[in-house]
Amino acid sequence: MPETVTVIVNGVSVIMPAGSMVSAAILASGTYGFHRSVTGELRGPLCGMGICFECRVTIDGEAHCRSCQAVCKNGMDVRTDE
Amino acid sequence: MSEGHHVCDVLVVGAGPAGLAAAWRAAESGLRVTVVDDNPAAGGQIWRGKTASRDAQVWFERIRGVDVQLINGARVFGQGRPGALLAETSDGVCELSYTSVILATGARERFLPFPGWTLPNVMGAGGLQALVKTGLPIEGKRVVVAGSGPLLLAVAAYLRNCGAEVLLIAEQASLLRLARFGLGLIPQKKKLSQAWTLKREFSRKSEKAQSLRYLSGCWVVAAQGKDKLESVTLFRRGKRWQVACDYLAYGYHLVPNVELAELLGCVVEDGSVRVDEFQQTTVAQVYSAGETTGIGGLELSVVEGEIAGLAVAGKREAASRLFPIRAKHKRFAELLNRTFALRDELKRLVEPDTIVCRCEDVTFNRLRSYDSWRAAKLQTRCGMGPCQGRVCGGAVEFLFGWRPESVRPPVLPVRVESLIRS
Repeated sequence: MPETVTVIVNGVSVIMPAGSMVSAAILASGTYGFHRSVTGELRGPLCGMGICFECRVTIDGEAHCRSCQAVCKNGMDVRTDE
Repeated sequence: MSEGHHVCDVLVVGAGPAGLAAAWRAAESGLRVTVVDDNPAAGGQIWRGKTASRDAQVWFERIRGVDVQLINGARVFGQGRPGALLAETSDGVCELSYTSVILATGARERFLPFPGWTLPNVMGAGGLQALVKTGLPIEGKRVVVAGSGPLLLAVAAYLRNCGAEVLLIAEQASLLRLARFGLGLIPQKKKLSQAWTLKREFSRKSEKAQSLRYLSGCWVVAAQGKDKLESVTLFRRGKRWQVACDYLAYGYHLVPNVELAELLGCVVEDGSVRVDEFQQTTVAQVYSAGETTGIGGLELSVVEGEIAGLAVAGKREAASRLFPIRAKHKRFAELLNRTFALRDELKRLVEPDTIVCRCEDVTFNRLRSYDSWRAAKLQTRCGMGPCQGRVCGGAVEFLFGWRPESVRPPVLPVRVESLIRS
């Protein structure tokens, strides 16, 4: 049995393989909009490597975290702007 | 890593192939080496995740065998006292003092804007691969891979092995150029065998009895969807057609990450850090290796890293023995960059209302009346959002020929407390 980690994306539990990034968990939960742009467009990850900042979400209350650079931890509370 | 001050002989920025090779060579020579990287784990983009290649394992093993301190999850954002860089970690700011620094900050994908490119699920080719490597389930998803460069093939093969339904690869380069590229590989046995492996991979029919389509001279002109991607429109030889898909994985080759080098005052030419034969930049004690000095692929990055690592240790003779290997890989790099040079038609993909700067939602129409990035920035905020022009920079350079005029700290957005500390 591979190790897993459970995070909560917008109130819903998502089980991921240990070591997964938060961005992957958000997409796996069926959420594709990560934040709203300055004119209100829904946006999701683009670069996947910490450069574009389009994957930013709120993690455990801290806003503007790049979800593609954050490793999932058990019980993590992740909120998108959808 | 806690807040504070860290002293080393050699600071390597970037834990990808070039950075690890540089660190290993310098540490092997008895220097105190520290490697700092923004990502949660070493390996850069190409050696990311648990499925890293045998090459990667060899290098990780080498690094474990020497005394190198790895600091992950730390973004270098500015300079401290002379001979020191500042990095932000989850715990605070760390000042990293060095005698020599090796910048191995790698490259990013070049994204060209087209109508619909801001829709969720339109991603970088390397971007989608990185997501899949770090847990995104892709099985059964329909993916179009598009853009330019050898990365597209590697990404398509990887996604397919993970169970994705890769519908097609659209490569903007013409068949003629690709054929010349193929011929040019003949003197380079390893590259040729890599190419063959990929080719075999693609002709292998998947369970759905569909072989993978690789279309040269083909590109995406638009993406459609209500609030996420639903289909893309492709163009080839005067024809347009739509393909329904779940993801578009695209990228127009790569752009060196030169922001930190510019901040340190290094000369940047044609978008790459200028280095001498020992990989030293135009600033004393500042070296650079890998994609930062020009796009050239894995093997070139590794040998440049080794040369830089040996050079900082004063082993100039040992370093110079690697020059012929570097020269060979450089020839491949030149071939690569000629083959995947972008065609002018791609400049006409943007429509007046197409967003060019995604951070500030600046459209093409608003930008085209200016004659420099500086003027456009002042009037529109183009390139002044969180990515600081890292995404739109490659696009405006291609569309308008604009290059950034100066880099200011912080080179990445950081917390206010970090700025106060610095």
